[in-house]
Amino acid sequence: MVTLQFTRHLFAFFPHLAEGQVQVQATTVAQALAALEALAPGIDFYLRDERGRVRHHVQIFIGNERIRDRRGQTDPLQPGDTVWILQALSGG
Amino acid sequence: MQKTLLVGTRKGTFFVQKHDGVWQARLAGHAGVGVNFVARDPYTGRLWALLGHGHWGAKLSISDDEGATWQDAPQQIKYPEGARYIAQDMYEDESADYGVGWKVSTKAATLQKLWVVGFGPGGRVYVGTIPGGLFESRDGGATFSLNRGLWNHPSRGGDLFTGDGTGETKWFGTPASEGGDFAPGIHSVVVDPRDPDRVLVAVSTAGVIETTDGGQTWRSRNQGMAMDHMPEAEAEWGHDAHYIEQCQHQPQHIWQQNHAGVFYSDDDAQSWTRVDDPDQGVYFGFPVTVDAHDGRVAWLVPARGDNQRMAIDGGLFVARTEDGGKTWRQLRQGLPQGNAWDVVYRHALANQDGVIAFGSTTGNLYLSEDRGESWITVGNNFPPIYSVRFA
Repeated sequence: MVTLQFTRHLFAFFPHLAEGQVQVQATTVAQALAALEALAPGIDFYLRDERGRVRHHVQIFIGNERIRDRRGQTDPLQPGDTVWILQALSGG
Repeated sequence: MQKTLLVGTRKGTFFVQKHDGVWQARLAGHAGVGVNFVARDPYTGRLWALLGHGHWGAKLSISDDEGATWQDAPQQIKYPEGARYIAQDMYEDESADYGVGWKVSTKAATLQKLWVVGFGPGGRVYVGTIPGGLFESRDGGATFSLNRGLWNHPSRGGDLFTGDGTGETKWFGTPASEGGDFAPGIHSVVVDPRDPDRVLVAVSTAGVIETTDGGQTWRSRNQGMAMDHMPEAEAEWGHDAHYIEQCQHQPQHIWQQNHAGVFYSDDDAQSWTRVDDPDQGVYFGFPVTVDAHDGRVAWLVPARGDNQRMAIDGGLFVARTEDGGKTWRQLRQGLPQGNAWDVVYRHALANQDGVIAFGSTTGNLYLSEDRGESWITVGNNFPPIYSVRFA
């Protein structure tokens, strides 16, 4: 299992994610995102565009490392990893 | 029935209603989120808001309880697999004569902006987007699909789902996208009240386009329009219509504020007549609104264009015609006449039963209850205002 952690900004749209630790079975980040969509329908289109690319101002980390494959999220996951889904410090 | 103004701003949706003789605004949802357009589907009563989350992409939001609660629409607008378009991106090229070049490429389409929503009977909902896709619903918005007839139009290079098309597009871009791309955008959708299979859309930058068969085939409706900023002024394509609006009860009357002047049609957009009057400041601007009953009556908020794109000489006014654009009057009473540099976007002017309202990117919202003769200030400190519609 891997643990997913979120920027609290996402809780405004998906409040039930704030209720407890979110853990999914996944060996890549793409699988983790697919599993997340099953838990929070609609969230995938917040994080990725319709071609499956991570949105420009969304950042995903595995532990302290930013993922490399923003196009396909093939970055591998190990059991016990924590995936951080954050927003870039951009905006106005 | 009490009038409600729906106001979309860069930081949320506001409702404005008259209570105890005073027009009062309140935040009605989407706090902190960009709201490009808010409107009511008159056929179902549902409220629609077109959102541009800075980080999370564009989303359709709906309310069935007068804005008490909002939720994401069950099906979001997404470009289907295989949807591509011919993009023209300017880039720095030191070796070119003017230091820039144009790179033409075929791009996979993804939603960059939800810009306008229009409604028709029988569950018809149309959403205009950047990069130039028109999405349509026939079930009240439960599902949407890309209109392929317009997307694959020969003027855009043909069908890129199945091949590379002609490799040439006559549609150019708009800087209004939220992703920074210079891609085309559909900002106007007019569903003919006489026949819902007849729809006009307007595109920055291509012009006005019409279907009469429910969206299967489309043709340009740019006859009579002229681009004084282009080498071939009367070309079929390339017109920068900023906004079009149709008279509800005299629907053959259609108004257009264009980058290159003001145009009016009283023959169903088969031909356009230039009706601007630069001496009255009537030439450049973004919005236009037409009276629902008398198609000769229209209002504009002119700007100095296109080199400035702000209120003319720091004095804000609305221009009104009552004779199909033959003559214009400047309406200034109650509007600021010193150091007022407001810009009013294309969706941010509306009229209903003699009440006119407009909002600016400087966060000012003005309203007239006497067809524009005099104005009151609803507020001066709204976020930048993107749209003003009567519910």
